[in-house]
Amino acid sequence: MCVLFIQKAAVDKVISPFRSICGKDNVSLGEAIREQHGKDESVHRCRPPDVVVFPRCVEEVSALAKVCHDHNLPIIPFGTGTGLEGGVGAVQGGVCFSLRNMDQILNLHPEDFDVTVEPGVTRKALNAYLRDTGLWFPVDPGADASLCGMAATSASGTNAVRYGTMRENVMNLEVVLSNGTVIHTAGKGRRPRKTSAGYNLTNLFVGSEGTLGIITKTTLRLYGVPEAMVSAVCSFPSVQAAVDSTVQILQTGVPIARIEFLDDVMIDACNKFSSLSYPVTPTLFLEFHGSERSLEEQVSTAEEITQSNEGSDFQWARDAETRNRLWKARHDAWYAAQALRPGCKAYSTDVCVPLSRLPQIIVETKKDLLESRLTGPIAGHVGDGNFHCLMVVDPNDPDELHQVHLFTERLARRALAMDGTCTGEHGVGLGKRALLCEEVGPLAIQVMKGLKDSLDPRNLMNPGKILQRGEL
Amino acid sequence: MSGRVLVGVKRVIDYAVKIRVKPDNTGVVTDGVKHSMNPFCEIAVEEAVKLKEKKLVKEVVAVSCGPQQSQETIRTALAMGADRGIHVEVSGKDYETLGPLQVSKIMAALAKKEDAQLIILGKQAIDDDCNQTGQMTAALLDWPQGTFASEVTLDGDKIKVVREIDGGLETIKINTPAVLTADLRLNTPRYATLPNIMKAKKKKIANVKAADLGVNLTSRLETVEDLVGKLKEAGKV
Repeated sequence: MCVLFIQKAAVDKVISPFRSICGKDNVSLGEAIREQHGKDESVHRCRPPDVVVFPRCVEEVSALAKVCHDHNLPIIPFGTGTGLEGGVGAVQGGVCFSLRNMDQILNLHPEDFDVTVEPGVTRKALNAYLRDTGLWFPVDPGADASLCGMAATSASGTNAVRYGTMRENVMNLEVVLSNGTVIHTAGKGRRPRKTSAGYNLTNLFVGSEGTLGIITKTTLRLYGVPEAMVSAVCSFPSVQAAVDSTVQILQTGVPIARIEFLDDVMIDACNKFSSLSYPVTPTLFLEFHGSERSLEEQVSTAEEITQSNEGSDFQWARDAETRNRLWKARHDAWYAAQALRPGCKAYSTDVCVPLSRLPQIIVETKKDLLESRLTGPIAGHVGDGNFHCLMVVDPNDPDELHQVHLFTERLARRALAMDGTCTGEHGVGLGKRALLCEEVGPLAIQVMKGLKDSLDPRNLMNPGKILQRGEL
Repeated sequence: MSGRVLVGVKRVIDYAVKIRVKPDNTGVVTDGVKHSMNPFCEIAVEEAVKLKEKKLVKEVVAVSCGPQQSQETIRTALAMGADRGIHVEVSGKDYETLGPLQVSKIMAALAKKEDAQLIILGKQAIDDDCNQTGQMTAALLDWPQGTFASEVTLDGDKIKVVREIDGGLETIKINTPAVLTADLRLNTPRYATLPNIMKAKKKKIANVKAADLGVNLTSRLETVEDLVGKLKEAGKV
């Protein structure tokens, strides 16, 4: 209580300096604005900051950070608020840095396949900007997220199997540290396609979820827009058959762009929601990118493999309209899952295991769902060994919420026991801090703590995320 | 029948840019601002290329009237599948006052010169929102027009056009040669891919002057003032 009092006094003191740094209109104490900036798309409740600032450039971010540092105020960076792990919740109050005004796309180098963007640029905005150049940024986590936010959470997506995640596609970052220092993780303006120069600071900040610094620029790797795309769907008699097909497709070197798995419960939900009639059985959704000729080869190889694994009802499509129709089930999965129980919220689990363990973990998880009488249709980026149980839960039923919580812990531990991770793409945020300790072990946690202490000795950067209180 | 389609493509400020009016209220800031092909022109190009892919037309010619940079816009059309381009260079004062009347005279002259069978334009440009060029071009050529097209079907020497109108959808059948203007739902334009951008560099863009086409670029319009609304003060509840 006393800490909050001291902090409240500090907040009052900083409003005036904030206003002179970024302008009166860019400092907000309004309740609605603060609430908007205290939650994301997770099930975690809103934890509003004490004040929201809207800096317009890195100089303002740095100056604002210095003020926060001088007054020991927590700093929470905010991109688009589309995270899934409560990463933007201001658990200790403080100052939310909403970066949406910094929305420039800078330094596009089409011949070098790189571009630098500010935090207000979302991935759809970047791809719209690039549309005349023949280039695109393929990491697609679903939401129209801030690219710097995606870097902060090490986001991934449905085509990571071919194009990688943010870890592989961030070349350089401009970061403001908690005391206002501005650094460039790979050196200012540098964008070689590879480097052996010094510690990999860029990837230290990728996935740091705002706990080490505020990302104000990211330099991204771009790719050529595929000449053509083909989408396909195939049904399988078992999870094993679907995963075996996936592994074999990858082994034959087919550069598959997307390979998504939907279990029978999910397919059933999708059939009901979108009036489709897919066989209610484990299903793979595939997408191939390439030239016309290479697509023919890719699709025929994949089809042969699915057939040899008792796959059936293999359908494929080349033109945009039919492709969208084929993939409709996968696109609407989130809504289809929620529609199973109207009035309920959906929470997504996010474990990732080595490919060979995927059939076992899915089978065990489905058994657990049945025994716990929980609704959890499964959709997965099976090419990465990553799958999501979309837990549909009544937010007003504390018993059910508790059961879901226990289930997700069992699931995470199941994944850890299979050499996997408790979070393939969504991040640690608020809910997985304890699991992180189990995952990396106390010694690695100590190293993480050391890095955190060195970069943010006052623990001002997004407190309460990734590392637990006891560790700091 | 030449089987030739003319497609007009206009270089405009990119739709995603936040427009700023110049401090002296004489127009909009264009220096250093991202420009790209008018979105409705993209739809027009896509439709023309689709017709060529279906082998219903033989050649797609992209036309743009404007300064040197309009060539970039033509290159984008070439990367989407147009066969060649015609750049009618208009710059300086003439470009500032260039409007639908002059452009439609140019399109009409080119249609005759190139023996075009079909002209496809975007329904309007996102900078001036005039929605006049297609209609004026048809009138100058005395050709039928299918405007606000959301569906186009070639049927022998006639064209069936489904038009988006206030009351819903209107279907008309018009003779060729004709002028069509593309509305939003006509199609989804393809992205230019790197291999196609490379191929486009080898396609030809001819340079033509308006005077050579017998077109006088003098405008009958004079912009008196460009105003932006006054920023309101915050209200009190």
